[in-house]
Amino acid sequence: MSKRWGRNQLALLAMIVLAGVVLAACLAPYLPLADPDAVDTVQRLRPLGHLLGTDEFGRDLLSRLVWGARVSLLAGAATAAAAMLIGVLLGVLSGYYAGWPETVIMRLTDILMAFPYILLAIAIVAGLGPGLRNAMIAIAIVGFPIYTRLVRGIVLSVRGREFVEAARALGSTDRLILARHIVPQLLSPVIVAFSLDVGAKILATAGLSFLGLGTQPPTADWGSMLATGRQFVILSPHVVLLPGLAIFVIVLALNLVGDALRDFLDPRTYSS
Amino acid sequence: MRSYLARRLLLLVPVLVGVSVVVFLVLHLSPGDPAEIMLGSQATQEDLARLRRELGLTEPLHVQYVHWVAHVARGDLGRSIWMKRPVLDEVLNRYKATLVLTASGLLLSTVGGIILGVASAVRPHSFLDRMSAVTSLFGASMPVFWLGIVLMVVFSLWLGWLPASGMWAPYGEGGLRDLLAHLVLPAVTLAAASLTIIARLTRSTMLEILSQDYIRTARAKGLVEQRVVFRHGLKNALVPIVTVVGVQAGYLLGGAVLTETVFAWPGVGLLMVQGILARDFPLVQGCVLVIALTFVLINLAVDLLYAWLDPRIQYE
Repeated sequence: MSKRWGRNQLALLAMIVLAGVVLAACLAPYLPLADPDAVDTVQRLRPLGHLLGTDEFGRDLLSRLVWGARVSLLAGAATAAAAMLIGVLLGVLSGYYAGWPETVIMRLTDILMAFPYILLAIAIVAGLGPGLRNAMIAIAIVGFPIYTRLVRGIVLSVRGREFVEAARALGSTDRLILARHIVPQLLSPVIVAFSLDVGAKILATAGLSFLGLGTQPPTADWGSMLATGRQFVILSPHVVLLPGLAIFVIVLALNLVGDALRDFLDPRTYSS
Repeated sequence: MRSYLARRLLLLVPVLVGVSVVVFLVLHLSPGDPAEIMLGSQATQEDLARLRRELGLTEPLHVQYVHWVAHVARGDLGRSIWMKRPVLDEVLNRYKATLVLTASGLLLSTVGGIILGVASAVRPHSFLDRMSAVTSLFGASMPVFWLGIVLMVVFSLWLGWLPASGMWAPYGEGGLRDLLAHLVLPAVTLAAASLTIIARLTRSTMLEILSQDYIRTARAKGLVEQRVVFRHGLKNALVPIVTVVGVQAGYLLGGAVLTETVFAWPGVGLLMVQGILARDFPLVQGCVLVIALTFVLINLAVDLLYAWLDPRIQYE
């Protein structure tokens, strides 16, 4: 019990951090921050003076981190949401309707899962061309099979249960059975998977930006800040350490909140 | 076992067809004319027409696919536009470096993960177990490229213990010692996240197995604890561990792209990123194909390993 309380406290702290970062990202235009793109070559790579120092073009790092949070958080949440929507839709279809829809959808997920995750995302960006929008599309495409598999498994197990058969015997249409009896069963596992997935998607978009395939300069994004700052790591390690730390802290917070949500929504899977 | 192997090899066919379709389509995802994207806006009409002919872009899509597969089957992955050399030669040149890095990462994460997982399961809630839990949480949240840079700053720049980048010293004689010195940081970076995942899975599987009746029996008949843990416990925990190791092998192959970029490790991943930035589609296709095929073969090996570890699987 005390351990669970300890975990809850940790999750609470993570939630406060998360709320703080989201709030700062939303309010970035109204905060008293320097222009994130204002170049000042005299002030370049200063660790002091500005609150968190400046980057290789003399741009204020704190300001770029806060503005970068907007891009990184939005990219993570939007790609996870897109992957979830596609994945749930296909999972429900393949789980509920046996026959060709199931075969087509499951073979598609098999093929997508035959690639290492980030490799396929990189390959798709290679075709679409570098840029944040294309990176997000790529990550959503490679991310949906996980949801499809999860949802299909649940739908398959629920489809044959008595309450579904009873609804069918009472003359309910497929649409009604799906909406009233099957989709509600998916809510808690999908919410848990989504909450843990946002962090993974932030890592993936940051990874693509780090490779130069995501956000393009001068837009601030934590992954691209890391990539450009890397060349100056000997002179000014802070230029690289800070954006990486930001990614680490936010993903850690998301994982802790996701874990707490899982314990709350599905206590059976709770383990030490 | 032979019929299982045959069945498993037969199942490879649709996967290979699917992988080849996806890799082929990479070139055709681009919204515009691939030839124009590759050569840029300065290219002359003659150059564009020549490249379209070279890549077979003038034919219908399904014909292009059949031609491409036929060439790939003969080991012809096309010519790199950027390097002006056959893609297969370039990719194979770099493949060894990627294999060395990925295999080292896999070895490190598997051995380290199993040792840490078993130690945590034998003494649950001990200091080591708690540290392992915290590390696994950190490992899952840390960007691999950032960890690489941090390790590079600490061990190469500040302490000067290990080389910061590359696979060999530029003016050295090479040799195993040089390779190992260059390998430590990239391999640790690549292995870190997987190690924590394998450790947590080993711990939970071992905890479940160590509470079984046959373990109690083994202890009751007076077996040494070490023998109980390894011979009776770990041996039965191997199937789920092998599953996660197989999944992690794929993760490591993907992660190698990022790690190779951080440490300028001359592997296929770095070549692929350079190819994308140079808009060299044949080179990118070749790199993706080789890595994907490696992943498919690893999955096959994992499946065969299951059947060997647990013969019941062959009859399912």
